[in-house]
Amino acid sequence: MEHNPAIEMRGITKRFGQVVANDSIDLTIQRGEIMALLGENGSGKTTLMNMLSGIYQPDGGEICKDGNPIYIHSPREAFGYGIGMIHQHYKLIEVFTAAENIILGLNEEKMDLKQTASRVREICSRYGFDIDPDQKVYDMSVSQKQTVEIVKVLYRGADILILDEPTAVLTPQETQKLFRVLRNMKEDGKAIVIITHKLHEVMEVSDKVAVLRKGKYIGTVNTSETNPQALTDMMVGHAVSLNIDRPKYDAPKKKLIVENLTCIDDEGVKKLDSVSFTAYTGEILGVAGISGSGQKELLEAITGLYPVKSGSVRFIGNDGQEIELVGKTPMKIRQTGVGMAFVPEDRLGMGLVGSMGMTGNMLLRSWKAGKGALVRRKEPEALAGRILEELEVVTPGVDYPVRRLSGGNVQKVLVGREISSEPAVLMTAYAVRGLDINTSYTIYNLLTEQKMKGVAVIYVGEDLDVLLELADRIVVLCGGQVAGIADARTATKEEIGLMMTQFSAKEEE
Amino acid sequence: MTTLITLIVAAVTFGTVLMYGTLGEILTEKSGNLNLGVEGIMYMGGAFGLAGAFYYEKAAGGAASGPVAIVIAILAAFAAGMAASAIYSFITITLRANQNVTGLALSIFGTGIGQFVGEFMRVSEKGYVALSNDLKDAFSAAIFPDFLINIPVIGRIFFSHTVFFYLAVLLAVLMYLFLRKTRYGLYLSAVGESPATSDAAGINVAKYKYLATTIGGGISAIGGMVYIMTTAGCVWNHEGLSGVGWLAVALVIFCIWRPLNAIWGSVLFGAMMIMYLRVSIPFIPTEIYKILPYIVTVIVLILTSMKNSRDKQPPASLGNNYFREER
Repeated sequence: MEHNPAIEMRGITKRFGQVVANDSIDLTIQRGEIMALLGENGSGKTTLMNMLSGIYQPDGGEICKDGNPIYIHSPREAFGYGIGMIHQHYKLIEVFTAAENIILGLNEEKMDLKQTASRVREICSRYGFDIDPDQKVYDMSVSQKQTVEIVKVLYRGADILILDEPTAVLTPQETQKLFRVLRNMKEDGKAIVIITHKLHEVMEVSDKVAVLRKGKYIGTVNTSETNPQALTDMMVGHAVSLNIDRPKYDAPKKKLIVENLTCIDDEGVKKLDSVSFTAYTGEILGVAGISGSGQKELLEAITGLYPVKSGSVRFIGNDGQEIELVGKTPMKIRQTGVGMAFVPEDRLGMGLVGSMGMTGNMLLRSWKAGKGALVRRKEPEALAGRILEELEVVTPGVDYPVRRLSGGNVQKVLVGREISSEPAVLMTAYAVRGLDINTSYTIYNLLTEQKMKGVAVIYVGEDLDVLLELADRIVVLCGGQVAGIADARTATKEEIGLMMTQFSAKEEE
Repeated sequence: MTTLITLIVAAVTFGTVLMYGTLGEILTEKSGNLNLGVEGIMYMGGAFGLAGAFYYEKAAGGAASGPVAIVIAILAAFAAGMAASAIYSFITITLRANQNVTGLALSIFGTGIGQFVGEFMRVSEKGYVALSNDLKDAFSAAIFPDFLINIPVIGRIFFSHTVFFYLAVLLAVLMYLFLRKTRYGLYLSAVGESPATSDAAGINVAKYKYLATTIGGGISAIGGMVYIMTTAGCVWNHEGLSGVGWLAVALVIFCIWRPLNAIWGSVLFGAMMIMYLRVSIPFIPTEIYKILPYIVTVIVLILTSMKNSRDKQPPASLGNNYFREER
């Protein structure tokens, strides 16, 4: 098998506003080879590949195909260069058949679905795919939908395939099937890039591994010459000191006990698998994990928003009495006197009403207060004013629609409101995502302040550096299971990183 | 037996009006645009269709020919419908305003324009706007020869209708073929299902939405014209047209967005609408008859939702505007 570079990227840089997503990256993609692009969330893997597939244009650097510089302005042009990307979210029309989806947007002379179907079958038999071109997409499993996406790309004649986290939604068996197909395509001389953060898959399927960290290119190694530990070190790097203040609370007491919590989603996939942990007062309990490992479901199950299959969540009141929360609606939970506050990931979707002002959003917490038919606006207005002052929210006024505020100010309004209810348990999901450094520190301080008041804080985060300095203990989730609970004061970044990525590997062996 | 045949013939006459309204709206909704302005569009079609035929006859005098008048009426109504839905398209597709609000506004606007034109003609012609009897007959004449119509039972049921009915059926079949067999039909359905996916596949979403919505509006408007020129006897009659557009919107749901269903669906709805005239049962107020189509639509909606068949659902992005940079 001859190895020749299909794509060379030199000094590729991409900025989004102030954030540098890719910082002068050099990368070579070879034909007849499977390359894994490895990195943590937000390390710039997808951004880099989106530039190859024409979704973004680089701000600097050049892309060469077979030695000639090329400029890719749209996904269509990318197809013209034989580059096809399979995104994480499939772009398929559910009520169409596989064949109809495949020819969508193709301007062939005549539309002939029969001919398309036979060409699709030909591609399928060549690489070992297993789909029926006449089957409707809504009848397909996730893995079949992915196959349609791959065939769609091949049908358009792509010889450079980029797969963005292709195994995230697949079962182990389906993953094996995909890998077999990928190997077949490799034998056929195609260049394949898979974006992933699962180390065992990297070890299993790839020939080379390129590692990115925080937008920078760290290096490329041959898979046969490396091991998971070395890759983890490359991926997470050395711990960075952030100087987040972490005082110790004197008398921690059990506040929330989660036991064997199991949740199953609509499609029958286990989102949480016997998760158990205890949250104490005066503690920030960090939750780490690759995105989609069950963090969202965990918080929503505790707050009564996500249906629980089995297990229990018990809240311990001040008098030591245990209250079972599973099976109660959020309203019921509040009525029982359980003080819980939740800062959801989707701030304007789940947390706040975008078109209402601060006062209106404060009202959402207190509209049931008081007697009579009329809503009491006095208290929420005062509360809005207090939050505006204390958290230094930058807004033209308390009645200005929060949708128009910057991300940081939106988060301040939301956190401010949740804290004002004086909760016993405060849960936050990606509380600092998209916020600048200063606002992030404001949020950290607020959380620490709450902790010192004796609140049990659960902090779901993605930045390990922050988790290690802010939290007292860290629950690491992997594939819906607790991979381990670490003491944040003594744990290292590498330990957490390994727990995040390697658990599923152990399970498979 | 004769009563039944008469009922069917009358149902077809009224059903033809509905069929145009429904077919136009199906085409519009296939692109993901929920145009609730059908009521207004059909009013405009009625007024402008009548105006087209009337002024043509006025200009041509005794030399006016029936077929030409029919073509002019169709074109005038079609143009009026296109103009009305072009306004809707611009507001919802380009300016991305809420479709429901825009559609309702268009309903009110179109009804007003229709009334205005109808009344204006009446006043400016000093009282009465009507075509000559020759032209009237041309509009409501059966197009098949007598020996076919005289076949017992099926003759009147199948061959006694006006040209508009057969045109509508032809249109329904053409629309079916377009949506199912051609690439552009496939792309149009794709736009209505998922504009983002279509956009990524290189389909010009705005173009498809504009074309489907304006052509669909034009087709709906023909329905209004057909009502005025056949049922109402070529005289401006705003009362009879009132509610027909809404019925067409309901019928689209009843037909589960399939043009072929519109053929029998409209005749069925037509029958339900005129039943109070033909089969009156004592003590049952006519209003009960008139709500029948809506009740049936609700039942169909409930049944299709319960069966949860993915093929029988509205276009997935119906009612949503598409904005590429919004995720």
